[in-house]
Amino acid sequence: MREITLSKAVNEAIAEEMRRDETIFLLGEDVAEAGTPFKILSGLVEEFGTDRIVDTPIAEPGFMGIAVGAAMTGSRPIVDLMFGDFLFLIMDQLCNQAAKTHYMSGGKLNVPLVLRTNLGATRRSAAQHSQSLHALVAHIPGLKVALPSSAYEAKGLLKTAIRDNNPVVIFEDKLMYNDKAPVPEEEFLIPFGVANIKRAGNDITLIATSSMVQVAEQAADILAEQGISAEVIDPRTIVPLDEETLINSVKKTSRAIVIDEGHQSYGITGEIASRLTEKAFYHLDAPVMRMGAMDVPVPFSPVLEDLTVPTPAGVAEMARKLCSGELIHAA
Amino acid sequence: MSKKNQTNSAEYMRMYMQMMRIRAFEDNANQLYLSAKMPGLTHMYSGQEAVAVGICEALTTSDKITSTHRGHGHCLAKGADLKLMFCELLGKEEGYCRGKGGSMHIADQSNGNLGANAIVGGSMGIATGAALSAKRLGTSDIVVCFFGDGATAQGLMYEVMNMAALWKLPVIYACENNLYGEYTKVEETLAGDITARAEAFGIEALQVDGQDVLAVNECTQRLAERCRKGEGPFFMELLTYRYHGHHVGDINREYYRSKEEEAEWKNNRDPIKNFGAWLTSQGIASEDELNALQSEIKTEASDAVEYALNAAYPSETEVGLHVFAATPQMGEEHA
Repeated sequence: MREITLSKAVNEAIAEEMRRDETIFLLGEDVAEAGTPFKILSGLVEEFGTDRIVDTPIAEPGFMGIAVGAAMTGSRPIVDLMFGDFLFLIMDQLCNQAAKTHYMSGGKLNVPLVLRTNLGATRRSAAQHSQSLHALVAHIPGLKVALPSSAYEAKGLLKTAIRDNNPVVIFEDKLMYNDKAPVPEEEFLIPFGVANIKRAGNDITLIATSSMVQVAEQAADILAEQGISAEVIDPRTIVPLDEETLINSVKKTSRAIVIDEGHQSYGITGEIASRLTEKAFYHLDAPVMRMGAMDVPVPFSPVLEDLTVPTPAGVAEMARKLCSGELIHAA
Repeated sequence: MSKKNQTNSAEYMRMYMQMMRIRAFEDNANQLYLSAKMPGLTHMYSGQEAVAVGICEALTTSDKITSTHRGHGHCLAKGADLKLMFCELLGKEEGYCRGKGGSMHIADQSNGNLGANAIVGGSMGIATGAALSAKRLGTSDIVVCFFGDGATAQGLMYEVMNMAALWKLPVIYACENNLYGEYTKVEETLAGDITARAEAFGIEALQVDGQDVLAVNECTQRLAERCRKGEGPFFMELLTYRYHGHHVGDINREYYRSKEEEAEWKNNRDPIKNFGAWLTSQGIASEDELNALQSEIKTEASDAVEYALNAAYPSETEVGLHVFAATPQMGEEHA
């Protein structure tokens, strides 16, 4: 199978969907000729023109609000939010307007829009361009949240997001834009709410999202050398969440670590760990552990920044302790 | 009152009736609150009827509006049904939003009403986006964005007006300046002129007497036609007054405005009274005819209240419905 970058996968998904459905248009800052700072959208304006690939002023709440109104009236907008950190700027339009419109109108109005943005630290971009804020939107009923972990998921999940009749927020890992993965030439979609068992194992379950899936896979390699068999699962969407696959895995392995690049406190790791504890408690041999980003603003200096996110060695060490019973009384 | 020939008497009578209908609705809503039959609070539109009616009577059914927390007048003027409105106010299943929106969120897409909004200024992006959609999809619809003087302090307004002006969108920003943002006089919160703010974006902005339904209607007709020709966006500042407090519970309000001021507007600048007087002076209707119409509408409103009071609440299963819209099952994952 051919291999393409995550960036190319996103570009292909948008182009294919825009060819299929004229009501789709894309808007955001520097999306047309510039093709975004990451060059993800290069070439789209040449094919679809400036009516469908719309450069906006630097006004995130404004263009997010415009997307909501367009989505309510027959268009299917894709919003490009240059950095996930800018979510804080658009919270009213996303969470008070887009997320609630269908419910508040008793099911009369739909808001079929996609908000594409990114997450991920260690790009040496400091605290306002490095956050992983998906927990923030996953907390709001009415928003679906997808977290692709490779070019394959980036394409399949984005195509599904575009066809969904609800607001969907999709976070791409900005460090992964140039990473290649096998992606079929022929059309495919990845359904929401279906986790992917990346690697089967028996001793411990590593549930990892987005940027942390490759960290978990590398940890599993380290563990294999130590004779520990780790199962790695990528939920792919956190709203909806494929709870069943996660619970069945933990029932089998009896141990789990949840790894995610959002801050550890009040985040995705805590939510998933809690569901496993509630629903698989009597199958557990050890506490379900959370491994998120440190609860500090992301620092600039590389020596500091690298300390803030989970690493393969760190995950492997935590798994080893759990499997050997060292962390039974973990705080 | 504006001069206008009498060939449009049916339209004038309809405007009069629509204004009366809004007043009757609000009088009943206020009573429902005072008699503790309505959950929560509501914001009265009384006094501002000429704005909603003058504007909406210049629109087609498929033209869109966005509304505000003080939105009953906009909904009714755009064609909403009294019974379904009262059902929504009382949280009943038959309400416009199945009881899940309430007074501040009434949406009626069959009449082009994209919904009231409980965030001050929150619908400005939605209105502008609906205008972008209309332009892109080639419908001839235009959009009117209703908001108050208080919303002009929100940054979103300037972001979307900038884009509407850049992209020549068919939207009319209708600012109802009723002199008070919640419990504060407009002069304490507003620097400069409201219209100058739109003009800064190259948007043509007009000030209109919001108590004169014909002036509002004439102006809107003109701007709507120009919007349809691609000459939008436009901005209207409508000078008006709210008779009640910020909401129905805001009763002792002399600390921010005097009873004399309220009496002046009610006695001398009431949009319904003045338009009624004009209708009789022009020989379009007699006082008896207007009185008969008034009692007919009062009956219609009290019947609607009675209907809503007796209507069923949603079943408990309703609570989890409509969090997400259904999406047809999509293609299989590649093997």
